[in-house]
Amino acid sequence: MPRKNPFPILALLASLLAAGPAAAIEIIIDRGVKDPIPVAIVPFGWSQASSLPPMDLAAVITNDLARSGRFAAMDEPDLPQRPADFQDINFRDWRLLGMENLVIGRLNLTDTGDYVVDFRLVDVYKERQIAGFRIPTSEEQLRRTAHEISDIIYEKLIGVRGAFATRIVYITVNEKKDGTKKYTLQIADADGYNPQILLESTEPLLSPSWSPDGRKLAYVSFEGKNSAVYIQDILTGKREKIASNPGINSAPAWSPDGNSLALTLSKDGNPEIYILNLASRQFRRLTQSEAIDTEPAWANDGRTLAFTSDRGGGPQIYEVSVNGGQPRRLSFSGAYNARPRYSPDGRYLAVVNGEGGAYRIALLEWETGRMTVLTTSRLDESPSFAPNGHMIIYTTTGARGTALAAISTDGTVQQRLALQEGEVREPAWGPFLSR
Amino acid sequence: MNVRTVLFVLLAVVLWGCKTTQEVEGDVAVEDQGIPAGEAAEAYAAGQEGRAGVSPLDDPNSPLAVRVIYFEFDSSEILPEYRKTVEAHAAYLAANSNVIVTLEGHADERGSREYNLALGERRSQSVQRQMSLLGASPGQIRTVSYGEERPAVNGHDESAWSRNRRVEILY
Repeated sequence: MPRKNPFPILALLASLLAAGPAAAIEIIIDRGVKDPIPVAIVPFGWSQASSLPPMDLAAVITNDLARSGRFAAMDEPDLPQRPADFQDINFRDWRLLGMENLVIGRLNLTDTGDYVVDFRLVDVYKERQIAGFRIPTSEEQLRRTAHEISDIIYEKLIGVRGAFATRIVYITVNEKKDGTKKYTLQIADADGYNPQILLESTEPLLSPSWSPDGRKLAYVSFEGKNSAVYIQDILTGKREKIASNPGINSAPAWSPDGNSLALTLSKDGNPEIYILNLASRQFRRLTQSEAIDTEPAWANDGRTLAFTSDRGGGPQIYEVSVNGGQPRRLSFSGAYNARPRYSPDGRYLAVVNGEGGAYRIALLEWETGRMTVLTTSRLDESPSFAPNGHMIIYTTTGARGTALAAISTDGTVQQRLALQEGEVREPAWGPFLSR
Repeated sequence: MNVRTVLFVLLAVVLWGCKTTQEVEGDVAVEDQGIPAGEAAEAYAAGQEGRAGVSPLDDPNSPLAVRVIYFEFDSSEILPEYRKTVEAHAAYLAANSNVIVTLEGHADERGSREYNLALGERRSQSVQRQMSLLGASPGQIRTVSYGEERPAVNGHDESAWSRNRRVEILY
């Protein structure tokens, strides 16, 4: 397929070879829960006495848990002792400090150059192990292993699987000295580390959407001087333009079974929702109205879609069967509701709710219509749920442009995600990686 | 004044303009020796007294010089103060069937990005529709929406937002 502007492809190839020198995102916790769970993570034992360990697993785990806003992690200098094995734990020391939970472990280098991580989560008061795992891993995977350990600790102490070993994608915008803009689509670990540029362009990018297997992204690019939808393989960088009709081609949303893509096309006169069968490449139109119908989102069972429509006057949330038919309105609170996303448990839709000149992230309990506004800033957009449903990452706009932030679904935990240069927007939280 | 009267007046003006144009064409042929024999000169219908040798598109005093139309919040309705601008561009297109114009629709940053893409399109289509009613042929008008992605003014208050809710007329 001839490409009018080779630049994005060249840049993409360049960035794949160079392993992405992108700026890291730093996550800052602005507010945590009132009663965080005390936990102490002891630096892991390391099998090679003569050298430093390749990664400080305990530090990564400590950061994960502290950043979640739900844990009070002990500072390393305050640790009364550094046991690596259960029998070396002096429980009285820890009880005196009120440390209910202790994480200890060992990192071992194997003969083949790989690694094995042993860790234990210990209940200090009961003097008993809550969980213990042995995880074989490799040097490149060490950081991910640390996140997996954080996930297990989170699950054991809070009751819900952690989402630390996941990835996010987002769009960055930088204004160059000549006034032109550079847009990138980037992927990073959920803690902001290891950012990589997947695509660079001089034209706007928006609406990244993950495939359910976490291997592909769909997104909108204006590189062809109009909006068009592309699908890109994350690992290989191979991309394909799948919709570039006259008018709008946008808002791609992958179905839960990975076989279809819902999207917005205005080629037939005004923006409507279509479903593209990825195998047959056939488009099927889902909505029929003179109004704007856009921003489709799939329910977890793949049988209904929520979307934004202004058929009632202003934008509100509707749902429609995947087989088409009469849509049903879901939102009745606020003059403006748009950009729905289902929570992992299916009970809520995160939306952009506009009221009194402020646009905030809100949770719509779609069965009852109850709307709970979560954020307090005034220009928020693009909410995306973590796969465990506990946090929502979103875009907030301040004096210096757009930035990412995250809030827990009960509103108690608030994070800021700081990028050193430029603006960040349009985050999408990836699925759980297979265990 | 109803639509029919407006159209009649416009038609009369355009026809009158055509007569004037023939005289202008003659002047251009005399003054501009650069045009080789046999090459057709562009016929410009000014719809008013055109100055010799100046394209109405380059004339800063012509209503065609206005290339941006602004909109109210969440609206795609063409405000009365821009009717004249739309009419002038439509008349120009009607008289120059080989000219193509692109209408770029935009929205301010508030609310969701994708809905704003649709709003931008609605605005450009609104201008397109008006121009078609006023004589431009559909094949001459292209529309594209950038939603909130291409703000004219960086800023997060009404003074910036009001200047970003726009359709740009690009020849």
